[in-house]
Amino acid sequence: MQSYEFGLYVFMLAAFLGFELVKRVSPLLHTPLMSLSNAISAIAVVGAILVTGDKDATTLMRWLGFVAVICATLNVVAGYLITDRMLKMFRKREPGQK
Amino acid sequence: MIETYLPSILPAIYLLASIGFILAVKWLNHPDTARRGVIIGEMGMLLAVIGTLLRVDTNFSMIFLGMAIGAAIGAPLAYLMPMTSVPQLTALSHAFGALASALIGTAEFYRITPTGFTMAALSLETLLGYLTTTASVIAFAKLQELMPTRPLTYPGQNVVSLGVLAGAIVVGVMMVAGVSAPWMFPAFIGLALLFGILLVIPIGGADMPTVIALLNSYAGVAAAAMGFVLDNKLLIVAGSLNATAGLLLSIIMCKAMNRSFTNVLFGAFGQVQGGAAAQASQRPVRSATPEEAAAVLDAASSVIIIPGYGMAVAQAQHKVRELYDTLTKRGVDVRFAIHPVAGRMPGHMNVLLAEADIPYDKLLEMDEINGDFPNTDVALVIGANDVVNPLARSDQDSPIAGMPILDADKAHTVMVIKRSMSPGFAGIDNELYYMNRTLMLFGDAKTFTAAMVKELAGHGS
Repeated sequence: MQSYEFGLYVFMLAAFLGFELVKRVSPLLHTPLMSLSNAISAIAVVGAILVTGDKDATTLMRWLGFVAVICATLNVVAGYLITDRMLKMFRKREPGQK
Repeated sequence: MIETYLPSILPAIYLLASIGFILAVKWLNHPDTARRGVIIGEMGMLLAVIGTLLRVDTNFSMIFLGMAIGAAIGAPLAYLMPMTSVPQLTALSHAFGALASALIGTAEFYRITPTGFTMAALSLETLLGYLTTTASVIAFAKLQELMPTRPLTYPGQNVVSLGVLAGAIVVGVMMVAGVSAPWMFPAFIGLALLFGILLVIPIGGADMPTVIALLNSYAGVAAAAMGFVLDNKLLIVAGSLNATAGLLLSIIMCKAMNRSFTNVLFGAFGQVQGGAAAQASQRPVRSATPEEAAAVLDAASSVIIIPGYGMAVAQAQHKVRELYDTLTKRGVDVRFAIHPVAGRMPGHMNVLLAEADIPYDKLLEMDEINGDFPNTDVALVIGANDVVNPLARSDQDSPIAGMPILDADKAHTVMVIKRSMSPGFAGIDNELYYMNRTLMLFGDAKTFTAAMVKELAGHGS
């Protein structure tokens, strides 16, 4: 099996898994779901690091990679932090009424 | 030494990172486990980054500098933005993620001069990456009100937009087919950037939940496509999780408005009905002062509050919490009814009310609470409009016909806090306001709620 064919199977399975998982997410948490999944897709940072650190890279590629590292890291950091900040606020009982 | 073992360690690291991401989404199914989900997601990301750094042999200074700059901008953004700005921040975050994918696609294009399947994946990655970047920037500008939030339309708009998209696709297909000229890739990028702008310009504020969810999905597809270009399964898994999450959310949003994707993206909602609405607004309504409204609430034993975007604009969530506290202390059963498209992004109202410390088990979805309205004394609408318009049920010709609504009109008494009689986003009149059982409370949501709280507190002591 060719590599991309294998990749397509991975994509298909992950998509079905994602569908089943996301379906179960409480509507209460739809905003955190969006910011969390956005932070996860900032996995693009992997590609950005590889491009920037490629020893055969041209100057143009390095700079593109460098900007991509900034953008992807920003996406990772902002995505996870805002998700956590939101989730911290969801409480069942009011404080002091435990 | 690490070089010897790397080929066997790296797949394991990436596999663990994938598991982390999957669990992160899984644990988001309940507020009790959700924070654990974020932590495992962060660990997955950390593993992925460390693993990747081990593969790199040069240029570390640039990589670390880039990461430092990204973190230095991202962290304050996430901590300092007020909660009402979460939709803007999310749009901005999408823009950066998509731009990263797009730039990497561009660099890869010039590095490997791809062909066939790889070129197809790379075209998809850069097309979605660049269009999501500009589209998210426009969405950000609209949400931040740097641009008018109403739909901006011009004659022949759809033809122009689809023409630009078709142009980009034609160039993309030519490149995949092996035709190559130096101008083609830059032209492809230009068309993708332009299409992103054209896509969001005609979209109005209240349709933002669908659009943001859709852009979220595009950013995921771009990341997954990058996974095909770099032959990296971790990227494929993470990207497709994001793609399905975004797609599913946008489908939920569309269903909650009884509209199709095509209608949201190309319909430019609310343009036609303006004239009719202006005419209908002449009918008489009953209005009440904060004192009268407080007396009604005081006499009630059950209240359902229906928040909308107006509550967010007025930053009234903390006053609403005070009202909730005061009424709860008096033994009134207070709950919140949340419409799926209330606000500017999926789940927007839940976040705001949670920020104001309202327990999340008092926030109920439309399907959970709609049956309770007939047994409820007071339905208090704060800054919501179209989502409580009974016309959606009765008038087949209305632009919101068939849209599932909160049955506020079935409560014994309805009170609506609203600045004026101006129609909502759909541009149509709301029958709810003219009912005999309805009291219109004219004023700013925050000020009016505060006045009611003061009145109730005064009586209580």
